[in-house]
Amino acid sequence: MHRELNSETPLFVQIAERLENAILSDALAEERQAPSTTEISVSYKINPATALKGITLLVDEGVLYKKRGLGMFVATGAKQAILLKRKNKFGDKFVKPMIREAEKLLISREEIINMIRSGFEK
Amino acid sequence: MSVIEVKNITKNYGGVTALNNVSVTFEENKICGLLGRNGAGKTTLLNLITGRIFADGGEILIDNERAAENDIAMSKVYCFGEQTLYPESMSVKKALEWTREFYPDTDFSYAEELADKFSLSVKKKIKSLSTGYNSIFKIIVALSCNAPVLLLDEPVLGLDANFRDLFYRELIACYSRRPKTIVISTHLIEEAADVIENVVIIKNGEIIISDMTQNILTKGYTVTGAAAAVDDFTKGQKLLGADTLGGIKSAYVLESGRPADVPEGIEVSRMKLQSLFIHLTNNGGIKK
Repeated sequence: MHRELNSETPLFVQIAERLENAILSDALAEERQAPSTTEISVSYKINPATALKGITLLVDEGVLYKKRGLGMFVATGAKQAILLKRKNKFGDKFVKPMIREAEKLLISREEIINMIRSGFEK
Repeated sequence: MSVIEVKNITKNYGGVTALNNVSVTFEENKICGLLGRNGAGKTTLLNLITGRIFADGGEILIDNERAAENDIAMSKVYCFGEQTLYPESMSVKKALEWTREFYPDTDFSYAEELADKFSLSVKKKIKSLSTGYNSIFKIIVALSCNAPVLLLDEPVLGLDANFRDLFYRELIACYSRRPKTIVISTHLIEEAADVIENVVIIKNGEIIISDMTQNILTKGYTVTGAAAAVDDFTKGQKLLGADTLGGIKSAYVLESGRPADVPEGIEVSRMKLQSLFIHLTNNGGIKK
């Protein structure tokens, strides 16, 4: 999950996304222990409060849960839930900006569709 | 656990006002960045809190007690400053032992562990340390002394990129283990930006910003687009400055939050803390 953080998205959201990516890629399997707030904050050199906020976001979504005295764990079904959430956001996050850029470049609807088709063929 | 309240502090050096009626609170167990340009008054403020110099007006409270000439209040504060306050002929090891006289909670084994990580030989004499290793020595004292308040004035002065990286990691680890009130003043803003929960910006002896870092990064933003469209969009907004390049204008705005509706052709983006700082403290930036 390690890459430099950017400035566009709030840090705690990026932390949550990195953990989600780790779960999606099976690097962090369901029912395994998630990194602690301290581990995350030291690793990314961020304030522990920010790391905690990112973890809390995932707890609220049911992706992580707390085992008393042990730390945070990945919930069963977390991967499926993240897949679904990301899928629902796919249009807003990727398709819309692509269409906006295409409009700027006067690329027609048919041309985009053809590009997507040929993208699959490669 | 300690809160520092600075109330209406004024400090003059001869005829020059270094701090003008400054009031600010450093919250308990938070890491705060104290940012300002050269000569803005950062070191003066930190030296006043530590009682190394005296104010011409106002007062400073540490946990509701006046800090000036108060040994109990002072025993809660460790100040990392430009000067090295140890006898120069002392060895690093002796100096660390000596620290325990002032800060009884000093964790000696952690200090040795840090010396090892920073490759500082504890047998060396303080006077033989380079600028960088002088900073490292003081960092080790700061992190291991377990004082509830750490004032760090330019702690990374003279450190290479690797040691600055190590410093921030150790600072965060130390703070996680044992939360304390930390004030860091640094010119390398981007390196500290993600570590500091609160930010205080001082300009010409006055506080112009005191806020949560995340808040201030939401309030300050860049508006980019065709010059006329940008001017139109930012009309009535508080502008910190602008750059124009080939008909494309970027205006730097400080408002109460980011605009909800952005018209076609205009792009609103976040500013990094360092750019925000530059625009706020440039001559001609915002006035208090």
